Amino acid sequence: MDNNTAIQLVNITKSFGAVKANENVSFDIRKHEILALLGENGSGKTTVMNMLAGIYYPDEGEIFVNGKQVSIKDPKDAFDLGIGMIHQHYKLIDVFTALENIVLGLKPGDNNDMASARTRVNDICSRYGFEMDLDMKVYDMTVSQKQTLEIIKVLYRGADILILDEPTAVLTPQETERLFTIIRNMRNDGKAIVIITHKLNEVLEISDRVTILRKGHFIGTVNTKETNEKELTEMMVGEKITLDINRDLIEEKHLRLQVRNLTVINNENKKVVDDVSFDLYSGEILGIAGISGSGQKELLEAIMGLQKSEEGSSVIYYSTAHGVHELVGLSTREIISYGLHLAFVPEDRLGMGLVGNMGMTDNVMLKRYRKGKGPFLHRAQPQQMAIKIKDELEVDTPSLDYPVRRLSGGNVQKVLVGREINNKPTVLMTAYAVRGLDINTSYAIYNLLNEQKKHGVAVVYVGEDLDVLLALSDRILVLCNGKVNGILDGRSAHKEEVGMLMTNLKKGDQHE
Amino acid sequence: MTSELLLAWISAAITFGTVIMFGSIGETLNEKCGGLNLGTPGVMMLGGIASLAGAFFYENSVSNPNPVLCVIISLLCCIIVSALAGLLYGFLTITLRANQNVTGLTLTIFGTGVANFFGGSLVKLSGGVGQINVAATSKAFKAMLPVLSDKLGVISKIFFSYGWLTYVVLIMAFAMQYFFSRTRTGLNLRAIGENPATADAAGINVTVYKYAASCIGSAIAGIGGLFYVMDYVKGTWANDSGIEALGWLAVALVIFTSWKPKNATWGAYLFGFCYWVYLYVPSGISAFLMKIFKVSKSTYMQNLYKMIPYLVTIVVLIMVSSHKKRENQAPASLGVSYFREDR
Repeated sequence: MDNNTAIQLVNITKSFGAVKANENVSFDIRKHEILALLGENGSGKTTVMNMLAGIYYPDEGEIFVNGKQVSIKDPKDAFDLGIGMIHQHYKLIDVFTALENIVLGLKPGDNNDMASARTRVNDICSRYGFEMDLDMKVYDMTVSQKQTLEIIKVLYRGADILILDEPTAVLTPQETERLFTIIRNMRNDGKAIVIITHKLNEVLEISDRVTILRKGHFIGTVNTKETNEKELTEMMVGEKITLDINRDLIEEKHLRLQVRNLTVINNENKKVVDDVSFDLYSGEILGIAGISGSGQKELLEAIMGLQKSEEGSSVIYYSTAHGVHELVGLSTREIISYGLHLAFVPEDRLGMGLVGNMGMTDNVMLKRYRKGKGPFLHRAQPQQMAIKIKDELEVDTPSLDYPVRRLSGGNVQKVLVGREINNKPTVLMTAYAVRGLDINTSYAIYNLLNEQKKHGVAVVYVGEDLDVLLALSDRILVLCNGKVNGILDGRSAHKEEVGMLMTNLKKGDQHE
Repeated sequence: MTSELLLAWISAAITFGTVIMFGSIGETLNEKCGGLNLGTPGVMMLGGIASLAGAFFYENSVSNPNPVLCVIISLLCCIIVSALAGLLYGFLTITLRANQNVTGLTLTIFGTGVANFFGGSLVKLSGGVGQINVAATSKAFKAMLPVLSDKLGVISKIFFSYGWLTYVVLIMAFAMQYFFSRTRTGLNLRAIGENPATADAAGINVTVYKYAASCIGSAIAGIGGLFYVMDYVKGTWANDSGIEALGWLAVALVIFTSWKPKNATWGAYLFGFCYWVYLYVPSGISAFLMKIFKVSKSTYMQNLYKMIPYLVTIVVLIMVSSHKKRENQAPASLGVSYFREDR
């Protein structure tokens, strides 16, 4: 180790329940240098940095800061060691001014009153090239200004080691340029800087070295000058792993959904789904790949009528039983009644689709209560269905009325997916159906989806794991920034190809 | 309307306002730190009964009670018991992360019950209803400011004819405003009420702050109960939960002031003024209103008058939320328990 090493991580391991987020990760962070931490979603980039910031505590392994072994128990310890992390979700108080946010939590001491704080902040701003109105309230700020404020905040606290979690995700190209200039200024001033990212072009533009993580493992560190996009992609997505998932080819296919020019604009006035067009057939699984937040959720919700789609969007549904319908403009209830079902598993698993305090029967009933006659609930049928789900999917629950909130994650997901399947869908859309599940339960769910496919259901599978997407899907649609960046054949597609499409928007529109 | 009537009305409003101002600034302290303590009415009941019990036993144990000791003993009893109630609330909502609304309402029921239970015992000990008497303590609390209270004629009568706690609470309200807006500790405390995760990340000890806010806030609110017992009802006790009714107005006043203690300094008196409308409103106006609203009995009209403070609060709430000025809104994390996120 030389004098330039700011932080050394040795064999860091961190698990959340059964899931290993980091396993034996070792690398070092140096002064006068910008290190890019590269990896797919769920590769453990943010987790390992959170351990430096004092948010998580490693299960195993050692951390050395400036050559001394340290134990970082909470954010305060991290500050004291000069480590500052800028999270993706900014930690700012909306109703406070910039200056108030900067001094928050600091002990009033020498030269720390508001007036001298202001002078010091102004010094920092002019030194690195920040522009900031210190009396502006945070709620009046743009995202970029908030980010600037976060960086000033950690610098004011004397951070020498800055960690930025996906700093460009929310910035315009011009703002990104400005940020990069500032980052370079900080590096030239002797700071150690880590950028967590999955954007290859930015890695190549700004970093000096790149450390790559994959599925919680440390893959390698390379000098940016000596590498290229292709090598980085390979390191990031890894060798194709052959998974033993059945994939039958169904000969008889019918067009079910014809999505054309679907556009969704969210509350922040951002186009989250941008002119998406594709077809969906019965007897196939259409995989949707993309970095998280590329519009997967909004796309599915727009089809289900849960999100407002913009003028010009069209989703035409071809059904043998119900005829041909334009779904845009219909209510979710009508769309469900035509046989479209969505099983979305959000990050906290329970947030959508199930009521945590209710048992299986009641949760099944949530989608059927209108089928009864009169004002009373008819529990017999839903109960039978709950029994069926429990037996078929081997849901481990003490009773049908046991609150699903108390079940393990895998069982909760089985209930959710099982309910949608048992409602006999013609189109079944699932998102992150295996999120956080162990391997056996995951396979149970893959088999369920395959079975549906065999029964002539059109299945949409939004997933995070590329290996699974490649093994399960008949076709793969790649989303990038809300746009369709390519539709590939699941049997012939290469992992690198999908990885490239996920991270780099193709120039011009080249649909299929 | 005669000037005596107006004077009596002002005087009643100020005494009333003092009770709820204590409750309100105590509750504001708690709410600014994210704790929605709906137990404030109960805490005020506990503070009231504790001060009464302390004074009662002291006065009964000596033949010639010392007024300074009277004040110290009853204040100490009040503050300790109220702070303990705040500690209980804190333990349930901060450490055990129980639902704040349920905990608060339960604390109100608990406080009211305990206070009335011991109130009944004290009444029995003193020999019957209306017999309880802590005259010395009450007198000590009703002591007015020297000079100001008798040398300024009508000004003395309007502004300085009240017990000294009336002026203490005003100073406390302004002091708390200064604390919130001008001190580091106040800034940290407000940060917790807005966004505890951010405050935590900034190295602020969220738990310590929340406990402190709950205990100190409750102690301040409890003094409102003491003032009610010693000044408002002149050192007696009736099991009518009168304090509780005022306690709810104290909670409403927090919203009315948009969480700014400085606004409580006039808002509390305004509430008092509105509350006593039914007693002091000129009969001509009352008769006219009864005609318009087709109210047949004057007691019905009284109940309508008593609704005015709540109506005012509702109007203010609507105005504040339609105004959308962020600084006037409730603290963003009010009523939400905080625990450091784990996956």
